[in-house]
Amino acid sequence: MTAAAPQYSAPNSAPVVLAKQDFQGLLDLLWSQAYRVIGPTVSQGAIVYDEVRIVDDLPTGWTDEQSAGQYRLKRRDDNALFGYVVGPHSWKRYLFPPQATVATADRIDEVWQMRDTPDDEPAFAFLGVRACELAALAVQDRTFMHDQYVDPIYRRRRERALIIAVNCTQAASTCFCTSMNTGPRCTRGFDLALTELPDRFTVEAGSPRGADIVAQLATAAAEPKELEQAEAARRQAVDQITKRLDTTDIRALLLGNLEHPRWSEVATRCLSCTNCTMVCPTCFCSSVKEVSDLDGNHVERQRQWDSCFNWDFSYLNGAVVRNQIRSRYRQWLTHKLASWIDQFDVSGCVGCGRCITWCPVGIDLTEEVAAIREGAK
Amino acid sequence: MSVRPLCAIAENPWLTQTVEIDSITPEVPGVATYHLRFRDATQHAEYRYQAGQFNMLYLPGVGEIPISLSAGLDRQGTWDHTIRVAGNATRKLAGLGRGGSLGLRGPYGSSWPLDACAGADILLVAGGIGLAPLRPAVYHLLAARKRFGRRTLLYGGRTPGTLLYGREYDAWSGDGLDVQTTVDRSEPGWLGNVGVVPLLLDRLRPLSPGNSVLFLCGPEVMMRYTVRSALGRGLRKDQIWVSLERNMQCAVGLCGHCQLGPAFVCKDGPIFRYDRIEPFLDVEAL
Repeated sequence: MTAAAPQYSAPNSAPVVLAKQDFQGLLDLLWSQAYRVIGPTVSQGAIVYDEVRIVDDLPTGWTDEQSAGQYRLKRRDDNALFGYVVGPHSWKRYLFPPQATVATADRIDEVWQMRDTPDDEPAFAFLGVRACELAALAVQDRTFMHDQYVDPIYRRRRERALIIAVNCTQAASTCFCTSMNTGPRCTRGFDLALTELPDRFTVEAGSPRGADIVAQLATAAAEPKELEQAEAARRQAVDQITKRLDTTDIRALLLGNLEHPRWSEVATRCLSCTNCTMVCPTCFCSSVKEVSDLDGNHVERQRQWDSCFNWDFSYLNGAVVRNQIRSRYRQWLTHKLASWIDQFDVSGCVGCGRCITWCPVGIDLTEEVAAIREGAK
Repeated sequence: MSVRPLCAIAENPWLTQTVEIDSITPEVPGVATYHLRFRDATQHAEYRYQAGQFNMLYLPGVGEIPISLSAGLDRQGTWDHTIRVAGNATRKLAGLGRGGSLGLRGPYGSSWPLDACAGADILLVAGGIGLAPLRPAVYHLLAARKRFGRRTLLYGGRTPGTLLYGREYDAWSGDGLDVQTTVDRSEPGWLGNVGVVPLLLDRLRPLSPGNSVLFLCGPEVMMRYTVRSALGRGLRKDQIWVSLERNMQCAVGLCGHCQLGPAFVCKDGPIFRYDRIEPFLDVEAL
């Protein structure tokens, strides 16, 4: 049983410009259409995705500096609204929530009755989706919607979500979307795609829904010069990307080198802390916890994010299959970059670099792959 | 026989149906067969499965466990699950009696390729509780004997007292299934074989390897040695099917726990053709 993917088309209407002073109009319009607008905000020293009601909720004038194991917010010398790259959050936390009740059980007259728990979350409008994140949404669509079994929470939220992409105009040292063919330019999978200029945005519609929104905003036709400026701004991101992941025959490379000495070497650095899987926009593992009330007659089945780095993740018959960090790191990397292709016909990696930035010891998967390639059999 | 999950289950893979324990057959110490009946009569009548598939049994407040169906509709018209007490959920289940209420969703996973093997000599090899997922195949071989060639069951347990379904062996033999058993450790009164299951395969009368199929279920180490023995007897890897076990929580390929290389053991397995899973099965701690 499969579900239809949200339908996006290539931008077909001419791009328009939206002045920054009119940006609040977009937020107001979305909230008035009953969307819950989620976008970048500054919290706890990072740019994270949360509700955005007014322009001031956005990280105006902030940027992020990222490298392996490092993330710092820094002031920009302008008032850019989207002048950062990506933070620790990804949109998956809204489509595949970190904790959700998937079913309930009630004991009535000694008989257990199990029920669905309908999801009542209003439709989301995701504001500030990067190209690598559009790719990540497409990857998770395959996991949760396009396979034999469908996740009802994900499907409902995904089908209703409005996607407003914002093109990157800069890159972090951890970015490698160009290696994964996912960015930095937003080319598909959005309702609207913006490119930020100093005092305005260029706006492309990628769906009828997006075109309807454009029609209700105070926009003007884009001048050729504005389109050139936007192209130059997007070019900056491409030019700043330095990290590379050589994906040549990567499936055969990794699955053919499961006993490579590098797995033991990386295990001496990896803390098995699960950070990489929590920040990864495509990691989908979960566990269901039974939460009973005090008399034991009502039980909620709470699904929570889990991680292949957790020790008991592969528990089986009184033992743990992947008992060593070596085998857990190997599972994560080979799944992400190799067996994902068998399972979903696409790489599980979109090149966003989050796992590099948020690794407390700065393990860089592109270096690990290079090292395996070096000593490959 | 078409196989499809119940409609409600397909809509929400987590939704479980209420079943009741109709009766319990004690098998061997720590193992019993639970005869389950859906509370909803329509669901009970419409439920279908294929030999080798499993259900998720749900003990609210404790959790879910993947349990193979060990027989189809029996004389009482119930669905059989042979369960060994091993963890919290099975212990909770063991504490329930007749009429006890629990949840069931399924069936899930791949099945023994019985239809594709028509005409072949069928060799079933099981170890311990691994006979339970093979018992539906046994019943199929007994009922459709003309469709198959020689039919053999090799079964091993730790001790004579752990061999499952012993009361049925005579009937199985009477219907033309060659049943051979062995134990790791003998007990007083045991006059049968002592030794591991692969030895039974080594000693088995001449096979026609070109026309034989092996269905295998048991501890992984036992399966590894049985495969070695089968290859030694001239079977090819693509004539061997194995039933695997991993940590299965969702049973529908969404939770990620049961992966073995590219396979989700829950939905791509649990039954795999050996040549397709061998490269991953042989890697330690994968």
